[in-house]
Amino acid sequence: MDSVQTKRDRPWLMRTYSGHSSARASNALYRTNLAKGQTGLSVAFDLPTQTGYDADSPLARGEVGKVGVPISHIEDMDQLFDQIPLDQMNTAMTINATAPWLLSLYIGLAQRRGIDPKKLSGTTQNDIIKEYLSRGTYIYPPGPSMRLIADTINYTVKHVPKWNPTNICSYHLQEAGATPVQELAYALCTATAVLDRVQASGEIRPEEFSQVVERISFFVNAGIRFVEECCKLRAFGEMWDELTLTRYKVADPKLRRFRYGVQVNSLGLTEPQPENNVQRIVLEMLAVALSKGARARAIQLPAWNEAMGLPRPWDQQWALRMQQVLAFETDLLEYEDILDGSPVIAAKVRQLVEGARREIENVEAQGGIIAAIESGYVKRELVASHMQRLRAIESGELKIIGVNCFQETAESPLTLGSDGGIMKTDPAAEREQIERLQAHRKKRSEADVQAALQGLSDAARSGDNIMPSSIRCALAGVSTGEWGDSLRAVFGEFRPPTGIDIAIDSRAVLGKKDQVTDLRARVASTGAALGRPLKLLVGKPGLDGHSNGAEQIAVKARDVGFEVVYDGIRLTPQQIAQAAEEEGVHMVGLSILSGSHMELVESVLQELRSRDLASVPVIAGGIIPQEDATKLAALGVSAVYTPKDFNLNTIMADMVDVIRHANGLERLGQLP
Amino acid sequence: MAQANLPEPEQLALRILRGERAAVAGGLNLLDNKLPEARNRSARLLAALSGERALNDGHLVGVTGPPGAGKSSLVSAMIREWRLAGRTVGVLAVDPSSRPELGGGALLGDRIRIKNSSHDDGLFIRSLANRNQLGGVATEVWPMSWLMLACFDIVVIETVGVGQTEIDIAEIGDTVCYVAQPASGDTIQYLKSGIIEIPDIFVVNKSDIGAAARKTASELGRSAPRPDRRDDWDYPVCLVSATMNTGIRQLNEHFDRHRKYLVGADLLGTLRARHQSGWVVRLLKEEFGTFGLELIGGCAAVGERLGENQHRQFEEYERMRKHILSRFMSASQPSSLTKGAS
Repeated sequence: MDSVQTKRDRPWLMRTYSGHSSARASNALYRTNLAKGQTGLSVAFDLPTQTGYDADSPLARGEVGKVGVPISHIEDMDQLFDQIPLDQMNTAMTINATAPWLLSLYIGLAQRRGIDPKKLSGTTQNDIIKEYLSRGTYIYPPGPSMRLIADTINYTVKHVPKWNPTNICSYHLQEAGATPVQELAYALCTATAVLDRVQASGEIRPEEFSQVVERISFFVNAGIRFVEECCKLRAFGEMWDELTLTRYKVADPKLRRFRYGVQVNSLGLTEPQPENNVQRIVLEMLAVALSKGARARAIQLPAWNEAMGLPRPWDQQWALRMQQVLAFETDLLEYEDILDGSPVIAAKVRQLVEGARREIENVEAQGGIIAAIESGYVKRELVASHMQRLRAIESGELKIIGVNCFQETAESPLTLGSDGGIMKTDPAAEREQIERLQAHRKKRSEADVQAALQGLSDAARSGDNIMPSSIRCALAGVSTGEWGDSLRAVFGEFRPPTGIDIAIDSRAVLGKKDQVTDLRARVASTGAALGRPLKLLVGKPGLDGHSNGAEQIAVKARDVGFEVVYDGIRLTPQQIAQAAEEEGVHMVGLSILSGSHMELVESVLQELRSRDLASVPVIAGGIIPQEDATKLAALGVSAVYTPKDFNLNTIMADMVDVIRHANGLERLGQLP
Repeated sequence: MAQANLPEPEQLALRILRGERAAVAGGLNLLDNKLPEARNRSARLLAALSGERALNDGHLVGVTGPPGAGKSSLVSAMIREWRLAGRTVGVLAVDPSSRPELGGGALLGDRIRIKNSSHDDGLFIRSLANRNQLGGVATEVWPMSWLMLACFDIVVIETVGVGQTEIDIAEIGDTVCYVAQPASGDTIQYLKSGIIEIPDIFVVNKSDIGAAARKTASELGRSAPRPDRRDDWDYPVCLVSATMNTGIRQLNEHFDRHRKYLVGADLLGTLRARHQSGWVVRLLKEEFGTFGLELIGGCAAVGERLGENQHRQFEEYERMRKHILSRFMSASQPSSLTKGAS
């Protein structure tokens, strides 16, 4: 075989985004994954850890260990990396608002194990800007958030030089609906804002600034339109090279390389015929692997069943094997860039670059990305793009196999198992984590903890780099919630614009026009029959910040004539029930994607009953397995919508009928 | 069916006066309800809530200004101060509706901007769409603010000022506050438009941005003290920052001072009585049209009847409603004459 002799490129880092239940369970998972040939780790943290709350905080209820591993203090970190040599591992952490804290725990652990932090390599995501636009695990206002990003960069460049302190994310922008041009523009604007902030801090000497630029890496998405996606990555490379040369005067072309990791698209994964997701994932991986000059440094793939619930170890293994087949069986890594010289590719790249340049100018004219976020501009643009995508799916213009065409299917043996084809987190995880945390609090020295926290507050106030005092906190046994609260007391908390105040597009793009007209008539006549316009509360209980679904429902409901109250993310069941009472709504819609739907929905129902609002119908949407949907119905939930319910008109018609039924009016049935 | 759930107004009024949140919510729902039986009960509820106290207690504050001036964050900061002082607050936050041909829906997003995350029993927020009504404030706002006044120390009505709205706000609030956007052409337009006569207090928010805010404040200051409204009120201009929480306590002191001024000049009761009759006329007009008003002698006669009995305007309102309804009934009674004519 020829290929044996041929020189092959070294493959990218192969990771799987994982973590759940507890540090111990996640450690076991990591060690099996590494044994299967995974070459790096990608840690998923649970939402309390991501938003700076302890496991026993009321806001953490139902969320501990759900979407990732709970890390409350340094002993948890120690257990998570039990028997994993920190100086040989490349660890990516999806952590943002609390990135300085988790990095401090990692550095503190290395110090405790006698490992020089200079040997640590890995990545903290640490892009809080995109959290305001998508994903939603921000805590502090933009000013302090930018400072925290800059502090970690300034610290790592000097003390942990192999670390990527920030991973500018266009990934989540695409999940929030961004077009390739928007992804390019907003990610590059974010990178510029971060670098400008570091430059302005004056902590880095001008001649060393190139090293800072070199440490900036990106986290990118790849969707199913893989030719365009491939061109997007080439465009990223070109634009980054130019930007770092002209704006930051980086002379060495090696330091100007666009370095990125990738998780391919989850937005396009479907719940119906979920096995088709395998093809989608493989094609999306091609987008980031095909072109050598624009190839990813690290790839993590979602599992085929992500739209149904949490993947099991076997599902993750399958995702890893896809990467290994491409890297080790195919001949891809034997060639130079196979797309160089193609005029078709070059033209597409040019088109994307030009579009992105225009949008960058547009953002800069508004005072930069932070100003454009604070004014709500960027979020509105994203909500509008996402709305257009949904409309295209509804109209059939955008084809999704098994969803809006070719729906006929035989029963899938993959989902027939007793577990329904998904992983269940350990229901005892939350209680155990709380017990562990409370035991930890008893063991540590209270005097050390208080002194360390005082040092943290002082640094936050004075403007000193936050990292040294955070590492001291880590070593003293401070908890995640204590770290988060100390900074909350200094910086305050923040809620960005929801972006749903976009104007109604009257140009016949509201789905099928006749259906919208019909829906408006139904909403109006039902409101008239009840005496006042239909009023809907859209609520997001818990810590989950994935607000796209809630936003789309809110905008669509407004478009068909509802008066919609939407309060944004991270609300307690009590706040939601109180809003339902004060606002006098006809229906409460809950959106939950973190897997905590059972606990949270039940709490909301209880809170409503205690306010004598049991007659107000409640609906729920999110990644909710069928088994749970049945249980929710038994608890009194009127309807459950999951990713398979992509048609917003159908959902709206159903919602009107739920309200009608709850008020003794006859149902109107499906739309014609 | 829906009528079966309508509450007994007199009982509800007692619970509202005791400050029961569920009753306040139920009362607001009733006032919003346009079914004929609900209208009857709304009138009874308002009558049960009126009386001498209603003309003298509490403080009805209107806050308006252009979009983006930071009204919600300002209201939030004001509420924080009021709550620290132990005063209870009710808020009516009004947002625009989309045009009727586009479905007439609305996104009501002020709640979260006003409220902080902690639970507070002394604060009640109801968001409302303006439902495309002329003047920018829905007809429902006034009776709703009246209800809230029965159980909260301070009632704030927040509206987006887009020209005409301020006039409506001035017909509800005891004290009207205009929030100006620093460094924006809106303020100049506003100065030119003549609406400047209406607000009692001017606020320039975002003082943290510095010179631009001070410039706007001084522009307002030059034109603010006008002799054409009330001789002895000084029309203060306040420079505040809601995000930095500066100047808020002083602003709230102006509100208190203005209320004291109204009471001292014996204006509060008169003002509320006048606002009340204005809105009764508007409510009657909305329900029965000009033709309905003519049936009981037209606007002037209605105003006169209301003026005669300032403390019992709602009982009067209900009498007039019944009167008009009975006239409608008799007018639509088929007589042999009309039968023959058709």
